[in-house]
Amino acid sequence: MKLMFGRTISLQLRLFVAVLLSVVLIVGDRYTQGGTTIRTSLNTLVSPLIYLANLPYELFSIGAKNLHTRDQLLTENEALKKKQLLQSEQLQQLQFLSRENDKLRALLGSSAKQSNRKIIAQVLSVHSNPYSHQVVINRGTTDGLSEGQAVIDEMGVVGQITQVGSTTSRVLLMTDTTHATPVRILRNDVRTVVEGIGKINVVKLSHVPHSLDVRIGDILVTSGLGGTFPEGYPVAVVTEINRDEGHPFAQVYAEPIAQLDRIRLLVVLWRNQQESISNE
Amino acid sequence: MNSRHSLLIAISIFFALVMALMPLPISFEPYRPDWVLLVLMYWSLAVPHRLNIGTAWVVGLLMDLASGSPLGVNSLTYSVCIFITASNFQKIRNFSLWQQSILIALFLTLYHLMQFWLNHFLMGVYFSPHYMWPVLTGMLCWWWIFLILRKYRRHFRIR
Repeated sequence: MKLMFGRTISLQLRLFVAVLLSVVLIVGDRYTQGGTTIRTSLNTLVSPLIYLANLPYELFSIGAKNLHTRDQLLTENEALKKKQLLQSEQLQQLQFLSRENDKLRALLGSSAKQSNRKIIAQVLSVHSNPYSHQVVINRGTTDGLSEGQAVIDEMGVVGQITQVGSTTSRVLLMTDTTHATPVRILRNDVRTVVEGIGKINVVKLSHVPHSLDVRIGDILVTSGLGGTFPEGYPVAVVTEINRDEGHPFAQVYAEPIAQLDRIRLLVVLWRNQQESISNE
Repeated sequence: MNSRHSLLIAISIFFALVMALMPLPISFEPYRPDWVLLVLMYWSLAVPHRLNIGTAWVVGLLMDLASGSPLGVNSLTYSVCIFITASNFQKIRNFSLWQQSILIALFLTLYHLMQFWLNHFLMGVYFSPHYMWPVLTGMLCWWWIFLILRKYRRHFRIR
């Protein structure tokens, strides 16, 4: 039975309904906030698809691992052992310093620093919308993730979680045009905001007065303002300053410290539950 | 019989979705053809009574969810493109393959301009000419998609 000419609903009506529904969806998605259960379940719906699309890459990398020679593994092992030795030496110092820091903070009566909960996540290499910078990770609500958590890698800040499913989540990179990170300059504690401009290796400092003390090579770290990113993680290094008096603000560009185009393993941070005040 | 045909069409769309999400080397990334839209267009030309704007809308929503774009953007653009092909399927079917591929390139241009326009309003992105590369690769891929899917359709007698 071929209903070639006896259509029940006209195409125009179908298109009208489809356009109407899409507009409702677009407006609803753009102008409502929060990780509702509907969104989470919708994201969960497509996660098998994402895992399936990631499968070929995973097989390739397993194959590549198995083809490592013994020499390669030995040299890699050697390098890692050296690195670990150096870092464990620093760690011993760190424990001492953090205890001292706690004592000094207690003496000053200021808020104590808390270590946050964290989890390691792996990036699933799947294609994303070409108009935005984002990656998918293999953790979701089953691991306790929620929207707005900070994501870092071993070098520095990567971005934050914007969509969660039960087994996958989407991380918005800090170079996306819709992302901004509150930072301060490590050298002199000046606060400013870094925003993405849609290029993977450039971010821009927004609204910088011409008189601001900023130099090429300055390291920007998270300021902890805004509440998403904990304080003190490295974000970017200033690479270009254009103090053209014709513009209302100085144009300052920086390069992200995390290599955002080759991230593989990430750390998802939980927000501090409360900054307890120790004033005994 | 009915459900078997729909299932076979769904399988081909599923493969297109996986192809659309599969990682490519970073240098090939801008040239990725819009597999899903091309497959949807083929079915809307071949069996317009079976695959229509409704299906395109649902598949567009899946694509939105899987690729992380604002919900509804792909649904809207897929629906409009499938409306054009489904309402002119009798004309387009009679064209030769290269004429068809030029038409498909026109539809793909429309699709990408609509995508860019919506994303411009929603996220403030700016136009760069490499957003239009998939039009060219999609046009070249249309030949293969058309021939492979025609073989698939004839083999399983999807009507």
